[in-house]
Amino acid sequence: MNMIVCVKQVPDPEAPPASFKVDSATNKVIPPPGVKPVLSPFDEQAVEAALRIKDAKGGKVTVVSLGNNLVRDVVKKPLAMGADELVLLEDAAFEDSDSWSTAFALAMAIRKIGAFDLIFCGRQASDWDAGQVGSGIAEILGIPSVTIARKVTVADGKALVERVTSDGYEEVEVPFPALVTVSNELGEARYAALKGIMAAAKKQPIVWKPADIGVNPSEVGAAGRRTRLLKLFQPVKEGKCEIVAGENPADAAAKLALRLREAKVI
Amino acid sequence: MEKGVLIFVEAQGANVSPMAGELLGAGKKLADVLGEELAAIIVGNQVASSPPEVIAWGAKKVYVVDDPILKDYQTDAYVSAMEQALGQIQPQVVLMGQTEIGRDLAPRLAFRLKTSVSMDCTELAIDPQTKLLLQSRPVYGGNARAVFTFSTKPQMATVRAKSMEPLAKDPSRQGETIPIKVDLKPAQIRTRLVKRVKEEVAGIKLEEARVIVACGRGMAGAEGFKQLDALARLFKGAVGASRPPVDNNWIPSSQQVGLTGKIVTPEVYIAVAISGSSQHMAGCSGAKTIVAVNKDPEANIFKEARFGVVGDWKQVLPAFIEKIKELTGS
Ligand SMILES: Cc1cc2nc3c(=O)[nH]c(=O)nc-3n(C[C@H](O)[C@H](O)[C@H](O)COP(=O)(O)OP(=O)(O)OC[C@H]3O[C@@H](n4cnc5c(N)ncnc54)[C@H](O)[C@@H]3O)c2cc1C
Ligand SMILES: Nc1ncnc2c1ncn2[C@@H]1O[C@H](COP(=O)(O)O)[C@@H](O)[C@H]1O
Repeated sequence: MNMIVCVKQVPDPEAPPASFKVDSATNKVIPPPGVKPVLSPFDEQAVEAALRIKDAKGGKVTVVSLGNNLVRDVVKKPLAMGADELVLLEDAAFEDSDSWSTAFALAMAIRKIGAFDLIFCGRQASDWDAGQVGSGIAEILGIPSVTIARKVTVADGKALVERVTSDGYEEVEVPFPALVTVSNELGEARYAALKGIMAAAKKQPIVWKPADIGVNPSEVGAAGRRTRLLKLFQPVKEGKCEIVAGENPADAAAKLALRLREAKVI
Repeated sequence: MEKGVLIFVEAQGANVSPMAGELLGAGKKLADVLGEELAAIIVGNQVASSPPEVIAWGAKKVYVVDDPILKDYQTDAYVSAMEQALGQIQPQVVLMGQTEIGRDLAPRLAFRLKTSVSMDCTELAIDPQTKLLLQSRPVYGGNARAVFTFSTKPQMATVRAKSMEPLAKDPSRQGETIPIKVDLKPAQIRTRLVKRVKEEVAGIKLEEARVIVACGRGMAGAEGFKQLDALARLFKGAVGASRPPVDNNWIPSSQQVGLTGKIVTPEVYIAVAISGSSQHMAGCSGAKTIVAVNKDPEANIFKEARFGVVGDWKQVLPAFIEKIKELTGS
């Protein structure tokens, strides 16, 4: 089994909303000081999905990440969890890409990596919440895709995927090679054991520039975008909450019920 | 030259999805500004009885792609059917719902057509200068909003449920139904749908409930659920959840509210032990009144709620339920 997992480094989506700031002059997010970036959460689960198959059937897991100034111990986390290889598409030319230029560069890198049975992506990256790159890679490579998986098992050259639906799930069978995007219903990603962290620290990622994957810098990153970002801003919220107090929580609760009745909410 | 606004209407058996009205409402406004026509496309099997409703909602033309291969949604079949149909229709704007189908179909179709799509838009407009579609959508889990545009055709967008006003149905509206022939072969479909399983909880559907009682990580376990359920019953409402209860299998994933769960707009949303992350609020900020119960006075949910109580749910809920019983005489 040869598996490839695409992971993206993002600002921590669980950082307190108050720390989130946008520079409206450049239409960019200002990284909150002291908050370390993370792997997009669904991507960790995509790594987990691949590792579960590796545990069951053996095989090799290659992780690919595209960006610039990638923080080494962030992008090395999949290695610490048990992945075998890390390929970084790292160059200034890859900055500010959109769904198209990201999927294109990742697809070209995957072609260069060569033989694979399954590619895993997260269902959506927690920065732009697009949910497109997985389907895009599959389309460029001409392979089938199954999105929003909660369970993936493999047998006889096929994957059996449970995909989350609005009222439950469905089971879909897909032959290799195929691409699967993973959702949180898969369950928590494993922790990296100390041994894994030590091994990952020693392992050097392979770094590729545009030329290494046979593309022109004008085809990737900001230059290769198909979409234009006109504006990025923070919506203003003018919420005012009426906190109902009482002698103790139970008293406050009773007063809340009364207040809701009075305000005709219930 | 590409022309017109086309709405992808999801067939649900012989009916159409409730989102069709919202999409047609949004599409009508864009079509009017462009001075072009609003049309709809329905893809499936034995869907022919749906169009009258769609015409009453404002579509001048309804294209129907009907084929036994399209009975269940499968990516390869639907992408190919849409690719062929759009080749014949040549619209300049295509709108779909951010639904189970739209999430999967829209990106793959956009890549196939060598164009782009903006997912999960909550506002759409036409740029007065360029006449291009302005696609406004929440990003960074709802912490920010972005406006995108692009000039490749068709300009595609998926639309978040309940973010657009449906147009009132008018049965006197006229329109024509146009069957579209596409060439689909079973061998094109590389996936095989083995089975579909429903896991929804019994009772009122989350999307239709007037009152939702939602629980978060702070409810820690199934015991609190009994109380929430009792409260929801008093209001004839439904029980929803933030993501951690789903991840911990306290509740099926069909009950998750938020960016990657359901979008709900009840009259009242009672959030118990939910911190109010932007990703959760993405699913419930359209509620008319949000009520929060949380032991942390600094919790973000108090910035979003209209009424709140600071306290441990274990003390707050029983007293609240008692008082509600007393007030409603149940
Ligand atoms: C891309 C992406 C998509 C996501 N999509 C969704 C989504 O669709 N829906 C969603 O909900 N989340 C989603 N999340 C997760 C989201 O970021 C938060 O992690 C999640 O909403 C937190 O859930 P919570 O508020 O229940 O838990 P926490 O944030 O852990 O909050 C628990 C709260 O309970 C309170 N509490 C604890 N004990 C008690 C007690 N005894 N009494 C009263 N209060 C108590 C605490 O003060 C705290 O405020 C998504 C995340 C990402 C990155
Ligand atoms: N820069 C990137 N590097 C590696 N993988 C990526 C990158 N951007 C997106 N992906 C993958 O594509 C998925 C969907 O991303 P998106 O379409 O941006 O929401 C992510 O969860 C990742 O698996």
